[in-house]
Amino acid sequence: MTTATATPPTTAPRPAARTTSSSALQQSLTLAWRNVVKIRHQPEALMDVSLQPIIFTVLFVFVFGGAIAGDWHDYLTYLVPGILVQTLMFATGGIGVALNNDITKGVFDRFRSLPIARSAPLVGAVLADVVRYATSIVVLFAFVTALGFRTTEGLPAAVLAVLVGIAFAMCLSWLFVWIGLVVRSAGAVQGIGFLAMFPLVFGSSALVAVDTLPGWLQAFTRNNPVTHLIDTIRGLLLGGPVAGPLAWTAGWAALLLVVFVPLAMRAYRRRV
Amino acid sequence: MENTIEATGLELSYGETRALAGVDLSAPAGTVLGVLGPNGAGKTTAVRVLATLLRADSGTARICGHDVATEPDRVRGLIGLTGQYASVDEDLTGRQNLVMIGRLLGLSRPEAHARATELLGQFSLTDAGGRSAKTYSGGMRRRLDLAASLVNRPRVLFLDEPTTGLDPRSRNEVWDTVRGLVDDGTTVLLTTQYLEEADELADDIVVFDEGSVVARGTSDELKARTGAQTLTVRPRDRADLPRVLAVLQQVSGAVPTTDARGTSSVPVPNEAVLGAVFDRLTGQGIAVSELAVRLPSLDDVFFALTGHGAEDETPTDSRQEALA
Ligand SMILES: Nc1ncnc2c1ncn2[C@@H]1O[C@H](COP(=O)(O)OP(=O)(O)OP(=O)(O)O)[C@@H](O)[C@H]1O
Ligand SMILES: [Mg+2]
Repeated sequence: MTTATATPPTTAPRPAARTTSSSALQQSLTLAWRNVVKIRHQPEALMDVSLQPIIFTVLFVFVFGGAIAGDWHDYLTYLVPGILVQTLMFATGGIGVALNNDITKGVFDRFRSLPIARSAPLVGAVLADVVRYATSIVVLFAFVTALGFRTTEGLPAAVLAVLVGIAFAMCLSWLFVWIGLVVRSAGAVQGIGFLAMFPLVFGSSALVAVDTLPGWLQAFTRNNPVTHLIDTIRGLLLGGPVAGPLAWTAGWAALLLVVFVPLAMRAYRRRV
Repeated sequence: MENTIEATGLELSYGETRALAGVDLSAPAGTVLGVLGPNGAGKTTAVRVLATLLRADSGTARICGHDVATEPDRVRGLIGLTGQYASVDEDLTGRQNLVMIGRLLGLSRPEAHARATELLGQFSLTDAGGRSAKTYSGGMRRRLDLAASLVNRPRVLFLDEPTTGLDPRSRNEVWDTVRGLVDDGTTVLLTTQYLEEADELADDIVVFDEGSVVARGTSDELKARTGAQTLTVRPRDRADLPRVLAVLQQVSGAVPTTDARGTSSVPVPNEAVLGAVFDRLTGQGIAVSELAVRLPSLDDVFFALTGHGAEDETPTDSRQEALA
């Protein structure tokens, strides 16, 4: 320090509003709140998940029901776990479209320029979708209860069934997060989502018992994660084995996370 | 003392398109760096690299001494960004947009609301704060976007064409806001198509063209580079135009040009010629409605440097024509 160098023409920079950085969880919850607020602003965003369970029930019970099982009441009982899972599966697809829109509209540019966890916008979106899942399940139970459906295993088991279903949906939604990030347009996201969904949903024990299927299809259906999930939920709602299918379901859920969370994060970092 | 914004040799290509071809930028603390350039010059790309949204293929950039590529989180904690296209969430209200960002930055709920109220007031959005941003006009949206980039009181602010689409009053408000921030020590990098804006706000200006810096300096330095001043005359009676042109040519020795309104201009070395022109015109009994000598505008400079105007949509085409 020999001479007094010319002082730059600045006042002291103001301190940042607050230096403690909130946790990644807090950030994810804030972004989940954002998505829930969006739903509140336009409740029609819940239209798909509220109508689907009703349409599926009516369609399968009354259109196919007579042909498949004779008595539609018995078939309704068989069908409820399957429809519950189906509606959850289709509800997961929406996240890809929503994320794709966010990116094209530039909202994510703002998030990416903030000092927040990279994962927060994606985790927030996954968390917010619980509202969609819960809506579809509430509508389904209200509708089928009115039609005479009753669970046999008691309320705690039924609650557990719902939680398992939602947890699995949250894991599966990472597949659609990834698709939503790598595919360019929202329309294509939807198309690819349905393509992936149809064999999983319909090649399962949702509509008919696996034993009635031809052998080659049984091989697929028995190993379909959706079958394991439906069997778990059927066990919890109507009785039957739970531990085995639950273990398989948990394994599949873990696999989905291990594969698609890193893929989605990588796609998110790359997407400009 | 290190510059607050310091970039050297930034290069970035989108496939075949060379968006940045070795760009150097620097801005000392508390100054405004204006980045001028025609469409496609690489301004937005440079801003996105500096704001950690894009990674340069080569070169380095530091914000307050932190490398944007290796310490992006440190950099994000220091910067605010208003992108070229408003990045507000249209389904949220103005207030919710600001509260969300405050919460993401770790403010408590009451703190985030207080900051939102403050910013809504500062940007004349108090009344609209409760409305969904979808219902905002273009200018309101841009103001909200600007407010959103200030929630964390950034030390470095990137503004990518912040006043495009704003009416003159809103533009002046944005300029005042920028001046206020700079007075408080914020360093601002601002891209613009409006030469007047760079003239008003920027301490230093760099001119981009096709991914490279083609000129840099203060507004006055850049104007001085084109040298000559311009003398303009408009005769009251258009019939006098030929005689006016003759006078201009005699005095300046250069060939004058005339625009559609009948205003003739000619480059002159200094304002001393004004007297001579005036004497000759009055001597011949020519009445004029306009007679002036002006410094070159940044428009002139821009044209001289890039070979095409600031609003020129197809820079490459005009260049090819010039070569052909
Ligand atoms: N995502 C992208 N993919 C491919 N090319 C791109 C992409 N973004 C920009 N470019 C190209 O890179 C060049 C620089 O673009 P950039 O957006 O940085 O220009 P700009 O100076 O901001 O222009 P403007 O004044 O129109 O905003 C242009 O030729 C543009 O076509
Ligand atoms: Mg641009």
